[in-house]
Amino acid sequence: MTAFTTYFNDIYRAVSSAMIGMKITIKQMVSPTVTLQYPHVKKQMPDRVRNRLYMNFDDCIGCELCAKACPVDCIDIEVMKAPPTESLGETSTGQKKRIYVTKFDIDIAKCCYCGLCVFPCPTECLKMTDVYEFSEYDRTNLIYNFGTMSPVEIETAKLKVKQYDEEQTAKKAAAAAQAAAAKAAAAAAPVPAAAPTAPTPVAPPAAQTAPAQPANQEPPTTQL
Amino acid sequence: METLQTILREPIITTVLLALIPLVFLLIYALVTLYGEMKMAAHIQNRLAYMENGWHGTLQPIADMLKLLQKEDIIPTAADKFLFILAPYLVFMGTYASFAVVPFSSVFIGSNIDLGIFYLVAASSLVVVGLLMSGWASNNKWSLFGALRSAAQIVSYEIPGVLAILGVVMVLGTMNMQTMTQLQDGGIHNWLILGGNFPLGQKLALLPFMFLLFVIYLLSSMAEVNRTPFDLPEAESELVQGYNTEYSGMKFAIFYLAEYANLFLVSAVVVVMFFGGWTSPFGEFMSGPVWGSFWFVLKGMFFVFLNIWLRWTLPRLRVDQLMYVSWKVLTPFALFCIIAIGYIMVM
Repeated sequence: MTAFTTYFNDIYRAVSSAMIGMKITIKQMVSPTVTLQYPHVKKQMPDRVRNRLYMNFDDCIGCELCAKACPVDCIDIEVMKAPPTESLGETSTGQKKRIYVTKFDIDIAKCCYCGLCVFPCPTECLKMTDVYEFSEYDRTNLIYNFGTMSPVEIETAKLKVKQYDEEQTAKKAAAAAQAAAAKAAAAAAPVPAAAPTAPTPVAPPAAQTAPAQPANQEPPTTQL
Repeated sequence: METLQTILREPIITTVLLALIPLVFLLIYALVTLYGEMKMAAHIQNRLAYMENGWHGTLQPIADMLKLLQKEDIIPTAADKFLFILAPYLVFMGTYASFAVVPFSSVFIGSNIDLGIFYLVAASSLVVVGLLMSGWASNNKWSLFGALRSAAQIVSYEIPGVLAILGVVMVLGTMNMQTMTQLQDGGIHNWLILGGNFPLGQKLALLPFMFLLFVIYLLSSMAEVNRTPFDLPEAESELVQGYNTEYSGMKFAIFYLAEYANLFLVSAVVVVMFFGGWTSPFGEFMSGPVWGSFWFVLKGMFFVFLNIWLRWTLPRLRVDQLMYVSWKVLTPFALFCIIAIGYIMVM
């Protein structure tokens, strides 16, 4: 191609490509827009979307499987075994609750939305919802406290557990003493002093700890 | 010929009106164009643009203006204060002074001088001085580069632009913009883009050259107002807004206003030269002073629209491409047109 034809060819290409471009843009201008007016209109999320964690505390049995499954340790659970005499109710799946869950915190700021905590849950009380608008001005607000037990309830529960433990230890001690006494009796009478000494060391500590413990604890116990 | 002076017979009021009406028009026009440009840009990209303030965001330009009005006016410590402050006003002054000879209607023209379009070219050249001044005074390498590019660009594109104007002046035999418009009166077939008010043979001979001149002037005017694809002086991606990098608040707003005013000015020149100015396309129908201003603004806005349309279509040219287009394409073509028109008009 000579310089002459290249020159005119270039001009032709410049003009025609500009025309093609203008045709495309004007077509785009009249074609419908794709913008979603976000705060007013929201996008339908897919069914299995993994966003904010939701936890149904009523169904929690305090097994801590979710906390163990979490790869970033964002679930913080504190549990306390309830005395078997205490009735904590049942989960919606019909499982008996046996453990006090005194604390169930999820730090959603740490959460990586992997969903690994959802599957181990035996009562299916953990769920990933489609809620994605949970920004906060304060980072501490991102720690969700799902536990519904109030401090008072926790103290009561602790007291109950304590009492039960004490009863148990007392029972054990009594049983041990009995057994020892029986043993001693069975062994022979030559050592009679062993029988009275056995219960005495057990009883005083029990008597001591019982009043001492409430004093150490917070006011809630006094209210009770 | 009736003019505003002869109608009102009150020199002071006429002067004030003639001086202020274009300014008021420009301010309203700038807001409308700002809104229109944002909307067009958005719709070309399948977006929606402003939607929150007022119906479809119609109040947004007013909010933007209020924001600019109350913004802090920062002057860099290392800047040349005097020139820095002077530059935006000079840019706007150059543009606004050119509006003196723009015939908005058969009765409304600021100054009906015989050198009309020559004065317009001269006055709008003042813009280059203002842009260079702003770039130099900002004491910022981006601004300086922007200003230098702008000077190089405007000076080189003024040549094909003025040659195109020369071609039109040769055809119409006048530089008075009001007379230029009146010569094309009588309907769409008398507009210069369709050969003008001449005998058929001459008309047909003029037609291709008029079209060429129109394209040449349109392109060079686009370069003169620094709009894409010729927005190298502003080149956001490389120069961070070029000469107005350091400007903020009202000074920035004045640059913006000047850019939009300049855009309308070159559109007005295109309209006056090729599209019959304020004349109605239907001859006597819908003609008259008020209809005249309507047609003028409508035609002007069409070219503003064309400019915006091109802006959101084409990417920015390279500096060497820019110079190539000006010196190697537009200028020879304009010269060729002038020679051809000379022969046609003599015959």
